[in-house]
Amino acid sequence: MLEFRDTITTRGDFTLRADLRIEPGLRVAIIGASGSGKSTLLSLVGGFLTPDQGRILWNGQDITHLPPGERPASFLFQDQNLFPHLTVAQNVGLGLRPDLRLNGAQQARVSQVLDQVGLDGMARRLPASLSGGQQSRVALARVLLRARPILLLDEPFAALGPALKTEMLDLLSDIADQTGATVLMVTHDPRDARAFATETVLIQDGRADPPTPTGPLLDHPPPGLRAYLG
Amino acid sequence: MAARVLALRSGLGGPAVAAGLGALILGTLAAVAWQAQGLSGLGPWDWRAVRFTVWQAALSAALSAVLAIPVARALARRRFAGRGALVTLLGAPFILPVIVAIMGLIAVFGRNGAINEALRGAGLPEFIIYGWQGVILAHVFFNLPLSVRLILQGWQAIPAERFRLAESLGFAPRDVARHLERPMLRAVLPGVWLAVFLVCLTSFAVALTLGGGPSATTVELAIYQAFRFDFDLGKAATLGLVQIGLCLAAMVLARRISIPAAFGTGLDQTQGPRGPRGWRVGTDALAIMLAALFLLWPIMAVTVQGLPRIPSLPPEVWTAALRSVVMALISAGLALAMCLTLALAIARGRAAWIEAAGMLPIIASPLVLGTGLFILLRGWFSTDALALPVTVAINAIMALPFGLRALIPAAQALREDYGRLADSLDMRGLARLRHLTLPRLARPLGFAGGLAAALAMGDLGVITLFATDQPTLPLKLYQLMGSYRMTDASACAVLLMAISFALFWLFDRGGRLA
Repeated sequence: MLEFRDTITTRGDFTLRADLRIEPGLRVAIIGASGSGKSTLLSLVGGFLTPDQGRILWNGQDITHLPPGERPASFLFQDQNLFPHLTVAQNVGLGLRPDLRLNGAQQARVSQVLDQVGLDGMARRLPASLSGGQQSRVALARVLLRARPILLLDEPFAALGPALKTEMLDLLSDIADQTGATVLMVTHDPRDARAFATETVLIQDGRADPPTPTGPLLDHPPPGLRAYLG
Repeated sequence: MAARVLALRSGLGGPAVAAGLGALILGTLAAVAWQAQGLSGLGPWDWRAVRFTVWQAALSAALSAVLAIPVARALARRRFAGRGALVTLLGAPFILPVIVAIMGLIAVFGRNGAINEALRGAGLPEFIIYGWQGVILAHVFFNLPLSVRLILQGWQAIPAERFRLAESLGFAPRDVARHLERPMLRAVLPGVWLAVFLVCLTSFAVALTLGGGPSATTVELAIYQAFRFDFDLGKAATLGLVQIGLCLAAMVLARRISIPAAFGTGLDQTQGPRGPRGWRVGTDALAIMLAALFLLWPIMAVTVQGLPRIPSLPPEVWTAALRSVVMALISAGLALAMCLTLALAIARGRAAWIEAAGMLPIIASPLVLGTGLFILLRGWFSTDALALPVTVAINAIMALPFGLRALIPAAQALREDYGRLADSLDMRGLARLRHLTLPRLARPLGFAGGLAAALAMGDLGVITLFATDQPTLPLKLYQLMGSYRMTDASACAVLLMAISFALFWLFDRGGRLA
């Protein structure tokens, strides 16, 4: 279980408060206006920000001050999910060992996940020679390989077309099913939230609400969310 | 190496290097201050040196800036074959060893040079290159290209739309100058002047070779003379304090005027303003040709003289060359390690004092640092044992501000783009250095390393303080000049120039290919 215990995070004149719990294996959409603090919430879990007050727990263990690389989480950013100077296989292999000293079994694992996301034969290519969809698949292959129990998505597919985005979300669902990961996904698109997330965390007025079932929330949005959804 | 990697791992590398650098430079300056006797120790001769230092720097800067205007304007508004090469060439004097340029200037403007042949032929008085006029000539030779580049950047910073608007309004060249060009020059010229002034304020090799005597001694040269000829450490230290004071005063001035970066990008935008027709085509061509001639002729002259003589250079010149290459490589390696550690720490957003430490070398001139290190270390080591290590260390330190200027923006961009991804994948220490930092920063590292290596290779500064029987190549060249073996000296100059450019090219190229 992922818990925010009375966290208060202040950056300049912006403040985000969160006090909520997310059950393991749950898929949660994070919705809110631009600048409301959606990415801030993810960064708190990912370890790129530390709250000024309060604690963050995973399965009862305090992870508030753990460095990003030691957290039980994988992060997919809006962009820059791949290192342009490393091959596809190296980019994925980083998920196993950050120094890339992979043994035979580990290299086989890399090939295996590349096959699994439909990138067989691309292992030695550089990211720049791949399409946007293929680049997303490389990042997803690494997520699959790392198999961390929490998956943080900061609109990683926003630049893809609608069909490709659906494809990626399906692939992501498969991966989340396989690894049993708890998924937190920032999104601007209520359709993505409905399709992917059973529950939704609404961020408004500097506060992250506890997750509620996505369908009912979007069917009967509170006034702030209604204004945002239009 | 192991210690450095460990430090990188724990993120203490930056503060450690910055603290070490601060302690070294400030400690050295403190040693100089401790040894100094107070200003009463300075005689009228020394005060003349102070006055000469300031006025020659002011005049050199003014001449460079003013002469650069027509050249920069011509380069900004004309397109011709070889223009790109010429603009690139304007960056070359930065890594051209001072002593090589001086050989070239002597070949053209010296007693037996073409200029004086012509003057004699016309029955006019000769131009004497030794003395204040030679010092200023050499300073303009080095800083005219720098000024042209800086002013050209100013010209190209004027949006092309403005020039199009001016054209559509039917502006005459006079109107363009009044409404577009003069406002730009008013903004840019003070910075250009100050940049050149700062360079000339700590001029040593030029004054050593062309100056001297009561009318053309700079403070740096006076430090050298007090140190080498009078064995008067106290006086050398006092003069060192005066030099620090001059640099600090100039820095205060610099706080009011922003100095443009010397090597910016975007020097070659595709669409420049269309230049006016008529007689101005001729004057622009003349400005470009005169500038190119002024820069290329001395280098050509020394090359023509020296190149055929290289095979017959005495063996001690080759020994000196090898010694210099090794020293330059060590200097560049040290400079790169320090630059990279500092730049990464600065990119992580560590305190401003780290950046300040990296820029400290600007206030400490090489000879002041050399004097200070000698004062600190003489109790433990012999002068001979100190000469080469101190030279290597000071050359590495003096390259820092230039290296940092190239590396800090790159390190910041790297952190901005890939810092979070690397953090989330737990890339730390050596793994991060090898798979992220070095490959992504290869270009600026190659450039910075090339600058550091070329500057160290061509440096004729601290090494002159020590009477050593292990001369570097520039010192060997100076000794050949001193014994009037001018053909050997020209050959040596060509060799030195070739090695300096080759070192820069190798590093820079290596960085681009990595």
